[in-house]
Amino acid sequence: MNIQTPAHTAAVASSTQAASALAADVLQSLRSTILRAAADRAPLRIRGGGSKDFLGQSFEGALLDTRPLAGILSYEPTELFITVLAGTPLAHVEAVLAERGQMLAFEPPSFHGAATIGGVVAAGLSGPRRASVGAVRDFVLGVGCMDAQGRELQFGGEVMKNVAGYDVSRLMCGAMGILGLITQVSLKVLPRPAAEASIMFDCDAAEALQLLNTWGGQPLPISASVHGSGSLVVRFSGARAAVEAALSRMMRDHAAQHIPDSAAAQLWADLREHRAAFFSEAGPALWRLSVPSPAPLGSLPGEQCMEWGGALRWLRSDADPAAIRRAAAAAGGSAMLFRGGDREAGVFHPLPAPLLALHRRLKQQFDAPGIFNPGRMYRDL
Amino acid sequence: MNTVIDPAVRHADFRAQPDPSRLAAVVERLRKILPAHSVLFRDEDKRPYECDALSAFRQMPMAVVLPDTEAQVVEVLKACRELDVPVVARGAGTSLSGGSMPHASGVVLSLARFNRILELDPYARSARVQPGVRNLAISEAAAPHALYYAPDPSSQIACSIGGNIAENSGGVHCLKYGLTVHNVLRLRVVTIDGEVLEIGNAALDSPGFDLLALLIGSEGMLAVVTEITVKLLPRPQLARAVLASFDDIVKAGDAVAAIIAEGIIPAGMEMMDRKTTAAVEPFVRAGYDLEAEAILIVESDGTPEEVEEEIARIDAVLQRCGCTAQRVSQNEAERLAFWSGRKNAFPAAGRISPDYYCMDGTIPRKMLGRMLQAIGEMERKYQLGCMNVFHAGDGNLHPLILFDANDPDSWHRAELFGADILELCVEYGGTVTGEHGIGVEKLSSMCVQFSPEELKAFFAVKTAFDSQGLLNPGKGVPTLARCAEYGKMHVHRGQLPFSNLPRF
Repeated sequence: MNIQTPAHTAAVASSTQAASALAADVLQSLRSTILRAAADRAPLRIRGGGSKDFLGQSFEGALLDTRPLAGILSYEPTELFITVLAGTPLAHVEAVLAERGQMLAFEPPSFHGAATIGGVVAAGLSGPRRASVGAVRDFVLGVGCMDAQGRELQFGGEVMKNVAGYDVSRLMCGAMGILGLITQVSLKVLPRPAAEASIMFDCDAAEALQLLNTWGGQPLPISASVHGSGSLVVRFSGARAAVEAALSRMMRDHAAQHIPDSAAAQLWADLREHRAAFFSEAGPALWRLSVPSPAPLGSLPGEQCMEWGGALRWLRSDADPAAIRRAAAAAGGSAMLFRGGDREAGVFHPLPAPLLALHRRLKQQFDAPGIFNPGRMYRDL
Repeated sequence: MNTVIDPAVRHADFRAQPDPSRLAAVVERLRKILPAHSVLFRDEDKRPYECDALSAFRQMPMAVVLPDTEAQVVEVLKACRELDVPVVARGAGTSLSGGSMPHASGVVLSLARFNRILELDPYARSARVQPGVRNLAISEAAAPHALYYAPDPSSQIACSIGGNIAENSGGVHCLKYGLTVHNVLRLRVVTIDGEVLEIGNAALDSPGFDLLALLIGSEGMLAVVTEITVKLLPRPQLARAVLASFDDIVKAGDAVAAIIAEGIIPAGMEMMDRKTTAAVEPFVRAGYDLEAEAILIVESDGTPEEVEEEIARIDAVLQRCGCTAQRVSQNEAERLAFWSGRKNAFPAAGRISPDYYCMDGTIPRKMLGRMLQAIGEMERKYQLGCMNVFHAGDGNLHPLILFDANDPDSWHRAELFGADILELCVEYGGTVTGEHGIGVEKLSSMCVQFSPEELKAFFAVKTAFDSQGLLNPGKGVPTLARCAEYGKMHVHRGQLPFSNLPRF
C-alpha cells in the first residue's frame, strides 16, 4: 500500500463535508429512479465499479450506477471506524486508512481495481486474512440503505457494540443488493500489524490440511495461508517478537523458506485479486467451496487451491456441478460457481425449500415490487 | 417494506389475563405433548419464572413448559400458534433487560433441559451444544484441549449460550475477540410454524442471506434455538494486565484513545470510577488505588514474546498520558486480583445500596469525559448515586444507578435517570444498548434511536418470520403508537435539531 502525502489527507478531510452535501443531491436522483422503477415494476441493476459483474446468477435491468455517491463521511482512527458512501472506490478507502496505519482487515478483493465499498459489502467477499480476523460481515458496524419506496433507512451505527434492533446491516452484507440499495456503510477498521512475515515450503495437500488444522488450535499468529501446486505458504502477523518466534519455528521444523517482504506482498495481493495463474480466465469453471477446515476433498476431479486454513477451497473443474455440490454438502459446506462454467445449472448453492421460502418472505417485505437485482442471487428472488 | 403489519400490537399487553376456560384448554393441549411434570400452571410452580435478572419487571405466565426434545419444542410451538398463544423462550433467566419477562396469557418455553454439549471437536475447533448449556461450561469442556469460547459476559457462570444468542452477548474481551455474532457458526432453530431450519453450517460462510446475524441478538422474537455450533479459539499462552491510576477521569479516557491510536488492540480495557473502586475494594481487596479518580485495567494476551512487547508499549502510552501510578501483574493470581473488582462491581453495588439499576449504552470513546460529567449532573438532578463501570475499549458504559426499590419514587427517578443516559448515548452518536438488549426495558429509548420508518422495517423482518406476532411479543421493538405516546424526538445519527443549544 502506498503511503499518501499529507496534502492528500487535507483533500479527504475537506471532502467530508462536501461528500455529505453531494450525497443529498445524488440520493434525491437515485430516489426518483427507484420510485419510477417501482411504479413500473421494472428491474434495476445496482452497479458500482462493475468489478464483480461476473458474480451471481443473472444481472439484468436498467443500470443504477452508485459511483456518483462517493466520499468519506466520517473517519476517526482512534474510534476504529470509517463511514463511507457506497460508491466510493475501495482503493481510495484503503489509501486513506493506510495514511493512518490502519486497514480493512478482511482484505476484500477489488478485482482489477474498480470495486466500490458498496459492492464489497453487497457481495460479502473477503480475502486471505478472513480466517484469522473475520469476514466483511464481522466488520460491518452500520449500513444506510434506500428501500423500494425511496426511504432512507439507517441500521447499526458507528460503535462496536450495538444490539438495538435486528441486525439488518449484516443482513444486507452478502445479499447481492437484492434487499435494497446500500447508500453508505460504517466499517470497523484495525491497525496494520506491527510486523508481518511469510514462509513457504513444499508439502502435499493432505499434509498441508493436517498442519493447518493443528496450528489452528495453537496460539500462532497465522494471518493467511494458501496451498497449491505442492507448496504451502503461510503469513504471520502481529507483534514483532511473536512473528519472529513463529518464523524460526517454521524454519526449524519444516525447513521453510522466508519469502522476501516485497515478493510476499505481491503473492498475497495476487491471491486476493485472483491474478495468480490458478485463477486465469481461460480453463475449467472456477468453483468456490466453503467447507469445515478439516474436510478431505482431495478426490474431487480438477485442480485445487486452498485458503483460510483449509476452510476455503478453490476448484478448477468441469466435473458435474451436482457432484461438486454433493461433495461440498457432504463435507458440511457449500459450493458456488464463481466464474465460468454452466451458469444455467445455478450459481449459488441451492437452499432447502423452507429456507428459500423465508428468503422470499424477506425479499417481499424489503422489496415488494421486486426491482432490486432480481435473480442476481437465485432465480425468482 | 410494503404493507406494514404491526404484529406486536396484538399481544402488546403483558398483563391481559386469560379467562379460566382458555387456561384449561391450553394446559390440556400442552399436556398432550409433554409429560405432566413438564407443564407448570400452579402459581407456586410458576413463581421462579415471573421475572429475569431485571426483577423490577414481573409478570406471572399462564403456563411454563420444560420440553426435553426438539420434537416437543416443535409440537409446543405448533400448538401455541394454533391457539394464538404468545411464547417466551427462556434460558437461565439472567437477562438484564426483561427479555424473558412472561405474558399473563402466554407460555414460557424453558430450554433448561437442553443442557448437553453434544460434540466437541478440538481438531476442527468447534463445539455443538444445546441452548441451555452455560457459557462457562463450554470453555471448561474445551480447556483440556487448550481451547476456549471467547465471549465472556460477566454472568458467564450462570447465563446460557441460548440466551447469549438471543442478546448477542459480549464481555470484557470482545474488543479483541468479538461478540457472540463473531463466534457462532451455526444455529438450528424452530419457527413458530414448527419448521426446523438450519442456519449457517460448520464452514466459515453459507449460501443465502446472513440469517445467522439476523437471528443473533433477535431476543427470541424470530425463532427458538435448539442447537448451536460455536467456534473455539486457542487459549492464549499468557495474559498480563496493567492497572493504572488517573487523577482525572478525562485523562483516563484520553489514555484509552491513545492506546488505540498507537495501533494496539488490547485483549481487554476496562475503566472504573472512584465510587466503584471504593465500593469494591473492601469486598475484593484487589489493592486498587482509592485516591485515583479513575483506574484502567488494560490486558494483553498472546505468546510470551507478544505480551512482553505489547505491555511495554501500553506502559509507555499510559506514562505519556499522565497516569499517576501503574502496576503490571507479575503472575496469574495478581492478574485475576486486578479483574476481581471489575467482575464484582455489580454485587458490590448491591452491598452499598438496597438496589441498583444497570444501564448499557455505547458511545464513541472520545465522548467519555463529557458523558461522565453529564452523569454527575444527573446524580444531582435525580438525587441518586451512580457507579461508573465501563468497557472502555469499545465504548460500552455500564452506569449502576443506586436506588431503593421499597421507595416507588426512588425507582421512578432511577428509570428517568437511565432513560436520560441512554438518550444522551444516542445524541453522542452511540446506541441505547451495547450488549444487554432492549427487552421490555429500553423500548421507549428505541424511539429516540430509530425513525418510524426504521421501526417499520424491524416489524417487516418480524413479519417474515412470525406473521402472527407470537414469539416474545412486546419486546425489542416499540410500536409506533408507543413512540408517539413517549413523545421524544428521533435523534438522527447523533444530530439533534438545534444542536447548538446547550444540554446538561
